[in-house]
Amino acid sequence: SSAAMAAACGRALVPPLASLWARPRPGPRAPLRGASVAAPSQPLYDVVVSGGGMVGSAMAAALGHDIHFHDKKIALLEAGPRKEYDHMPDSYSNRVSSISPGSATLLSSFGAWDHVCSLRLKPFRRMQVWDACSEAMIIFEKDDLDDMGYIVENDVIMSALTKQLDAVADRVEVFYRSRAIGYTWPLPSHSCVTSPWVQIELADGRRLQTKLLIGADGHNSVVRKEAEIKNIEHQYDQSAVVATLHLSEATDNNVAWQRFLPTGPIALLPLSDTASSLVWSTSHEHASELLAMDEESFVDSINSAFWSNINHSDFIDTAGALFRSAISLLKPSGTAVRQLPPSVAKVDPESRAMFPLGMGHATEYVQHRVALIGDAAHRVHPLAGQGVNLGFGDIACLAHHLSAAAFNGSDLGSLKHLLKFETERQRHNVSLIAATDLLKRLYSTRLAPLVLLRTWGLQATNALPPVKVRISLY
Amino acid sequence: QLSLFRLTVRRPFSASHSSVDLEEIKKFQLLAHKWWDEEGEYAALHSMNDIRVPFIRDTLLSMSHNYHLGSPLSGVKILDVGCGGGLLSEPLARLGASVTGIDPLEDNIRTADQHKSFDPVLAKRIQYKSSSLEEIVEESMETFDVIVASEVVEHVADLEMFIKCCSQVLKPEGSLFITTINKTQLSYVLGIVVAEKIMGIVPEGTHEWEKFVPPEELEHLLESNGFSVKTVNGMLYNPLWGSWSWMENTSLNYAVHAVKSGAQGQSGPTDAPSETDIQQCSATAGTA
Repeated sequence: SSAAMAAACGRALVPPLASLWARPRPGPRAPLRGASVAAPSQPLYDVVVSGGGMVGSAMAAALGHDIHFHDKKIALLEAGPRKEYDHMPDSYSNRVSSISPGSATLLSSFGAWDHVCSLRLKPFRRMQVWDACSEAMIIFEKDDLDDMGYIVENDVIMSALTKQLDAVADRVEVFYRSRAIGYTWPLPSHSCVTSPWVQIELADGRRLQTKLLIGADGHNSVVRKEAEIKNIEHQYDQSAVVATLHLSEATDNNVAWQRFLPTGPIALLPLSDTASSLVWSTSHEHASELLAMDEESFVDSINSAFWSNINHSDFIDTAGALFRSAISLLKPSGTAVRQLPPSVAKVDPESRAMFPLGMGHATEYVQHRVALIGDAAHRVHPLAGQGVNLGFGDIACLAHHLSAAAFNGSDLGSLKHLLKFETERQRHNVSLIAATDLLKRLYSTRLAPLVLLRTWGLQATNALPPVKVRISLY
Repeated sequence: QLSLFRLTVRRPFSASHSSVDLEEIKKFQLLAHKWWDEEGEYAALHSMNDIRVPFIRDTLLSMSHNYHLGSPLSGVKILDVGCGGGLLSEPLARLGASVTGIDPLEDNIRTADQHKSFDPVLAKRIQYKSSSLEEIVEESMETFDVIVASEVVEHVADLEMFIKCCSQVLKPEGSLFITTINKTQLSYVLGIVVAEKIMGIVPEGTHEWEKFVPPEELEHLLESNGFSVKTVNGMLYNPLWGSWSWMENTSLNYAVHAVKSGAQGQSGPTDAPSETDIQQCSATAGTA
């Protein structure tokens, strides 16, 4: 009877014993915003992914193809319109990603990698990283001459993901042109009156409910902000300039090149035997200059950046050479021949662009019924080529835990398995983000002691296979 | 207090035996609204799902021929005896089963109904009833594929009658899953002194050592009432991590899987349930 119900709920509203392990719940705003008791017409999803970029789309596709999610309802919210990727233009897009073998494995687990391979991608076997201020360099390659990674245009990845989402359209509903403008968080689970689900309000007034909200909405994540998760962030005094370049002559273009200039690293990523993608991180002013200058000067700047020894000092060169001979005595195979990067002939018109760089890390990746993945959880400098791979790693981990939870009949929004995801990924991500940040700072200087340190460090690392293998496996 | 739960507790079907142990009921009355706080008084039961649900699921899958991994228990009718707030009913329903949850305490049923009401899939697949086991025997003869009695038999007054009732509502070759606590010195020290009085893992007074059931006794009762015991596994709770795991040793908690013999073989002393048997099937589940 309703009277008994009210009495029972009255008891339930007595505040429970505070638990030492309770983490702060989001939303003191929870009962104030939106309906506290959900209207039955509001559709209820098992999982809603907010953000339809590479990471959000891959997350939705991974769950949609998971056997234990066969009877579940998933929604993907994307603010932009649906893009058709039927025809790949002949020219390359200037936004590319370096895809690690681990990410390729994830993409093939739900059939997307095959699509990527049938469109276009460029495997690379070797990575040469060297310093502008010295002769020091490090070369990564796998002993068995396997592919170390793949350079893939972001549009190609999105095309493959869209195809695989279409394949499970009965399970995954994609809402295009749908921006979420508000979230209402549930009260702690043992309260009985209000809805236990996350309420989502879209810009057009539609409302959804979900048992688990996954925030994949980029480094300015609204999900993260609304959940009041503290984010440690730092804007670098750098922007990245990207462009599509054409090489002077066709070559077996299977090496990724990166040179650390004092102003920032410049990288040449292979797209084909005649084309490469540029990612040049440099000061904001220099980046604007690079965008403004004419094409010939732009190409000259690039070639000079890779070939010029203007930043060498005799002192460093001598010290470096001494160290190198020491290594070659101790470990004859520990010094490698420096290859020369290809020279650039021209740049694709209209392909130059720039975007500001920063780093960020969310202090929590999860809360009750909320999880963050990709740039919403962590943002990193492109010098390590890791950005999207971290996001794909998040997906592999979260999908694994959600799949097990579904097969155990668990409530998908329960912190128990979400915390396992957070612990695993934070352990992995924090060290990589910190190392990348450290490298960025270490290489942003001409000061002799630091150059010497990094010179010797780089040379030593190059001579030590175990360390190198660990780095390349990351 | 006493008058309050005269209103909420249904009178037993037959007054000849004390069916539901009223003392047991009182203990659980006060905590009726605490079921769904995963970090509260029932935290250990919540985390027990991590081993008991896979145990039930995998045992049933191994005995089945066609199933879909997306909904592994689809088509299975389960009776959850002593369902409490529905902690075990809900995961089983999410895996596709049709679950009937019974508990003598109305407040528990209210909490359970309330909790499932927000999820239309669960609301459809689970039916809760405030009832003792004996009260549903007549209308539910050989109705269920599976019975789960998890953390129940240590609260029951007459265990043999309880098992007889289970046999009656279970289809031939149906499965019975029981989890309970052994009656050993170790279970007294760890299960009562440490768990209740020192660490507060279990609300104080929940258990009485005298009513703990040794696996040998349980096995004997099952075998002499038409069941064949297939599995007995020890369970261990780690209070540091709040997690359960399996172990060889059954001196603390343990789980049992038994199968009711097929239509031909009833190896109990009485073949067909008599009138007195039904009326005497008054040792219902306490609460769990």
